[in-house]
Amino acid sequence: MKKLKREQIRYKEKVDAIAPKSKTLSGCIRAFIAGGLICMLGQAIGDVGSLLFSFSETDRASFTSIALIFIGALLTGVGVYDNIGAWAGAGSIVPITGFSNSIVSPAMEFKREGLVMGVGSKLFTVAGPVLVYGISVSILIGLLTCLFS
Amino acid sequence: MSSFSDYLIVFICGGAICVIGQLLISLTRLTASRILVLFVSLGAVLTAIGIYAPFAEFAKAGATVPLTGFGYSLAKGAMEGAKESGILGAFTGGIKATAGGIAAAVFFGYLCAVIFTPKTKK
Repeated sequence: MKKLKREQIRYKEKVDAIAPKSKTLSGCIRAFIAGGLICMLGQAIGDVGSLLFSFSETDRASFTSIALIFIGALLTGVGVYDNIGAWAGAGSIVPITGFSNSIVSPAMEFKREGLVMGVGSKLFTVAGPVLVYGISVSILIGLLTCLFS
Repeated sequence: MSSFSDYLIVFICGGAICVIGQLLISLTRLTASRILVLFVSLGAVLTAIGIYAPFAEFAKAGATVPLTGFGYSLAKGAMEGAKESGILGAFTGGIKATAGGIAAAVFFGYLCAVIFTPKTKK
């Protein structure tokens, strides 16, 4: 490793002490607010849906997911979600709207490569791995449940 | 309908899960796609060991809207399927429970990607 001059080391220590911590803290606060608000939106959608269609508990969950996925996809399409994401960080990635964003965003970007290998395949750039691991883990859990019950 | 305190709990729990994601991004430099994969798997595993179901009962949308909730639905469906119809249920249960979300993601995702063109990044 290259030796740093004493002044450079001192400078680095100063920067390390100040910069990343405050960035992490403000990022966490923003993620908390944005993520919390999106979850509240989900709760409100579920409430309205239950009121209008008197859903069962599972139908309510599906309805909320579908509505949030729609909102996430639409906001990504019109370019608003990227702006939200720039401010909210993980607050916009972790909720299911972020999953929807991760589907639309690359697909839109690669549209010029055609509707099949562009849009069709890039839809699953991030959603693919998520589904592969999510579904595989759930099947393993199901099989373990078979074994132990 | 949910009360005001329900919404407060939803806000706090949902926000807290996102903070965990933010910490992972800031401190370990995990990419967004790894975070999503991790959260889905984590949600499923926490469901399997019996932690996530009571948490979802308490936090409602604060637990089901983050992607850990997707893992929760998958695992819950697979476990219920396995109890009802054995090995076949272990395979069908997870996707049955999340079919609406997956179908919507594919359908709306495709529509929006075709209709809209990306904005130039500033």
